[in-house]
Amino acid sequence: MSKNSSPETEPNWTKIGRVEDITRLGSRIIKREAGNIALFRTQDDQVYAIADKCPHKGGPLSQGIVHDCFVTCPLHNWVLNLKTGMAAAPDEGHVPTYPVRVDNGVIFLDLAVGKSSTAAIKQCA
Amino acid sequence: MKDKLVTREKLVVIGNGMAGIRCLEDLLSAAPELYDITVFGAEPYGNYNRILLSPVLAGEKTIDEIMLNDLNWYFENNITLNKGRTVVEIRRDRKVVIADDGSETPYDVLLIATGSDPVLLPLPGKDLPGVITFRDIHDVDQMLDAAKSGKKNAVVIGGGLLGLEAANGLMKNGMAVSVIHLMDTLMERQMDETSGAMLKASLLERGMTFHMNGRTKQIIGDKKSGVQRVELEDGSTIDADLVVMAVGIRPSIELAQKAGIHCERGIVVDDTMLTYAPGIYAVGECAQHRGQAYGLVAPLFEQAKVCANHLSRRAFASYKGSMTSTKLKVTGIDLFSAGNFAGGEGTEELLLQDEKAGVYKKLILQDNRITGAVLYGDVIDGAWYYQLMRDGSDISDLRRQLLIGQANLGDAGHGGINVAAMSNSAEICGCNGVCKGDIVHAISDKGLFTLDDVRKHTKASSSCGSCTGLVEQILQTVLGGDYSQAPKEKPLCGCTDHPHDRVRRTILEQELKTIPDVMTFLEWRNKNGCASCRPALNYYLLCAWPGDYIDDGQSRFINERAHGNIQKDGTYSVVPRMWGGLTNPKELRAITDVVDKFNVPEIKVTGGQRIDLFGIAKEDLPAVWRDLGKAGMVSGHAYGKALRTVKTCVGSSWCRFGTQDSTGLGVKLEEMTWGTWTPHKYKMAVSGCPRNCAEATIKDLGVVAVDSGYELHVGGNGGVKVRVTDLLCKVDSEDEVLEYAGAFLQLYREQAHYLERTAPWIERVGLPFVKQRIVDDADGRLKLFERFKYSQKFSQNDPWAERANTTTHSAEYTPIKELV
Ligand code: SRM
Ligand SMILES: Cc1cc2nc3c(=O)[nH]c(=O)nc-3n(C[C@H](O)[C@H](O)[C@H](O)COP(=O)(O)OP(=O)(O)OC[C@H]3O[C@@H](n4cnc5c(N)ncnc54)[C@H](O)[C@@H]3O)c2cc1C
Ligand code: SF4
Ligand code: FES
Repeated sequence: MSKNSSPETEPNWTKIGRVEDITRLGSRIIKREAGNIALFRTQDDQVYAIADKCPHKGGPLSQGIVHDCFVTCPLHNWVLNLKTGMAAAPDEGHVPTYPVRVDNGVIFLDLAVGKSSTAAIKQCA
Repeated sequence: MKDKLVTREKLVVIGNGMAGIRCLEDLLSAAPELYDITVFGAEPYGNYNRILLSPVLAGEKTIDEIMLNDLNWYFENNITLNKGRTVVEIRRDRKVVIADDGSETPYDVLLIATGSDPVLLPLPGKDLPGVITFRDIHDVDQMLDAAKSGKKNAVVIGGGLLGLEAANGLMKNGMAVSVIHLMDTLMERQMDETSGAMLKASLLERGMTFHMNGRTKQIIGDKKSGVQRVELEDGSTIDADLVVMAVGIRPSIELAQKAGIHCERGIVVDDTMLTYAPGIYAVGECAQHRGQAYGLVAPLFEQAKVCANHLSRRAFASYKGSMTSTKLKVTGIDLFSAGNFAGGEGTEELLLQDEKAGVYKKLILQDNRITGAVLYGDVIDGAWYYQLMRDGSDISDLRRQLLIGQANLGDAGHGGINVAAMSNSAEICGCNGVCKGDIVHAISDKGLFTLDDVRKHTKASSSCGSCTGLVEQILQTVLGGDYSQAPKEKPLCGCTDHPHDRVRRTILEQELKTIPDVMTFLEWRNKNGCASCRPALNYYLLCAWPGDYIDDGQSRFINERAHGNIQKDGTYSVVPRMWGGLTNPKELRAITDVVDKFNVPEIKVTGGQRIDLFGIAKEDLPAVWRDLGKAGMVSGHAYGKALRTVKTCVGSSWCRFGTQDSTGLGVKLEEMTWGTWTPHKYKMAVSGCPRNCAEATIKDLGVVAVDSGYELHVGGNGGVKVRVTDLLCKVDSEDEVLEYAGAFLQLYREQAHYLERTAPWIERVGLPFVKQRIVDDADGRLKLFERFKYSQKFSQNDPWAERANTTTHSAEYTPIKELV
């Protein structure tokens, strides 16, 4: 990423922390009045952010087991796609996603809700 | 371990192959202490199953899978193995053998088991790079390397058993393969013209090319780029990047010859496998007995057994020569041949030929007895014919059904051969001479349940493997419902086709030590697996490699990762351990202080005789634990697939009916077992008398004290499907309770599937199996107990203390950022 478009200068991006602060195949939460956000780091160091609230019964997704680009909810085992926020079949549901940018190992989040549809920018190998 | 100080006779074995080591196995089981044993093996490995080199070449097995005795076996049996060492001279005058490094090793008794050498035709070009034979691991490596490095054309000289197995393997590795065969029938020593032609047709169909009646003139190429072409006598040439010569074997006798031991084609031995030289025995392909040298393992194993009988000084067995049968190990081609199949004067022929179905059966009869058989396409009855042949049975009464076969008579419901109809003396495993009766007895007497067990106990199907199906069917008929479940075993999860047991076995056999290693080796379908298999694998690895395996927190369910029970609102509950249900003012005070300090909304006495604190925020967990820890409390693992509680009643210390100190024993049990990880949660209880106030008979392991000792009950379950325990046995002392309880727990840890509690586990494997391992087999029980205690060394660290007092784990419990 070139200097003049550094995310720090753009108003929408909020600096969160470093990629290493999250364990591989692990998660950390961002505490918020408007509902917690769960940040995930995959095996190949992709970072994703989704609401920490399962579309089923509100389970804390951050506490689930991460595999590939999915997380399994700890309460009743729904599987959610971290890229799209969609629940895997046979379950149906959707959780808001938040765009993530990683610059030099620093994580930035766009917290403006509504942009969540463009979140699936990264390919999950 | 044996005591090396005692002087024993020295036994030296030359040749670390199939016959020599089988002889040692037989010797060790009869007389383990008799000799100081030294083995010389020219090859740089332990002992392996040479037969299975063909499946390895064809990619159906790995080298690891064909190892018979690893280096540890030699160590455990106190055998000195000089691997990669060739013996170059036997000095009979001084009774020493001299190895290629100049070392001298003295012997009192010598066993020569040098096998044979592949014949190299004396053709021009035979020494060119790329011209090899097919005998050992090194040869297979060379073939695989050639295929991998993109070499395209292979020529196999020799259309016998070995040649065709090599050709098939090379083809499977993507090479174009031509077979040059001197005769006009393939495997002419085992096949007649018709069956040979059928064999050729099906190999042609697979893409193999043949040059029948082909006489090789020379191999063309140069030292630098290696072989390029093979030229035949008729002037034609075939392109070749690799030439495999498989034209026969020659007993390896030079060493014996040089030492002046009488040899003809092989080293001549008598019926006790003794050579003409006193104190020197020979077994295997290098030996010649009654004019005959053998090239298949079945007779060699018989020789090994006889020789071991004499080495162990029991000295009553004698070897009378063997009849042999042959199968080809090319997957998808079924072929069987035994005895004199060519017929001749005074013989008659029974023939069944169904070209469309690709089936051919020929039996040669003489005086109403079978003297030879060739089967192609349908070989199921081979074992039966072979049996009739060896027994010299009169087949007059069977004549009309003989060719239809035993398999197709009566109940063939198991989709093939009817083993139930076979007599107990029918031979099942030709390689190891194991009869049906041997297998049936082993299964019922020793309580065997799996193919592997049968292999270990009887050796059936452990060599060439072609009788595996039969052995499985015997298991099925003997065990009935118990076994029929096995083939239907469900895969561990959607990421793999492998069932739990196979995964566990593979972890041990392949020494896999990380989750990614397991997934790669067993070709998991999904990257990182899923929330079902990762916790299972993490447990299996933890159980397999105590102290070695590094626990993978990310593969644990949140309760076990965070060491608390997640609640429906995302908060956690905290249950400190209360040993055997006992507590004291200090602990109770610490608990109430924590409740006040962290505003814990609810306290409850659990069904497991301890106290649960509900509704604690995740961030507060480390601080709560720190405060509890100060009062000496540790994690109760109420959240884990782990040891939960040991419930007790008051017992003899207060109760008017109590017969033993049930509370004290419960505390000891809990102290011994806390911290252990198990396939599913594990609960125990101790009641002081049969009134059973601690509900011991619905626990995974329950102890009910009686006047004369302790009853041990196993496999109980409250919960969803209540199951009352089975009585395992009765023991006399507390120490025995601890030993049996530890052994049982370890057996469950090692055998059960992840998320299978003891109740369904015992229903699956059967109480007799558990009794056999824990009650009947004292030695095995001790070993299980030792393994349990060993693994406990690494698991009795309070996870709460670790997390309360360091910052290493803080990421788990704190947000990465707080936004207001
Ligand atoms: C706290 C407690 C109930 C109580 O208030 O008394 C309890 C609470 C839970 N039990 Fe239990 N069980 C408790 C004693 C029992 C008992 C009684 C006993 O141990 O003597 C049983 C029946 C005995 C048995 O296990 O055979 C019992 C049978 C179950 C089962 C069914 C197990 C089964 O094999 O069918 C489950 C479900 C499961 O494990 O899958 C379960 C699962 C649970 C879980 C872990 C549900 C969950 O996954 O969240 C509950 C966690 C509560 C929490 O957050 O702490 N609990 N549970 C008891 C804790 C005991 C302890 O001190 O550790
Ligand atoms: C590819 C292949 C497939 C086969 N398939 C079958 C089959 O399906 N069924 C069947 O029954 N048989 C089969 N056989 C034959 C079977 O493997 C042999 O009959 C058997 O291995 C012979 O056992 P052995 O102990 O006599 O010789 P080996 O197993 O060859 O052992 C002899 C060992 O002695 C070592 N040695 C030799 N000289 C010295 C020395 N001077 N110092 C130290 N070490 C020495 C050699 O390196 C060798 O390791 C097959 C063989 C091959 C190669
Ligand atoms: S079971 Fe027996 S020992 Fe236990 S409390 Fe009841 S009466 Fe007492
Ligand atoms: S709350 Fe997530 S699966 Fe039920």
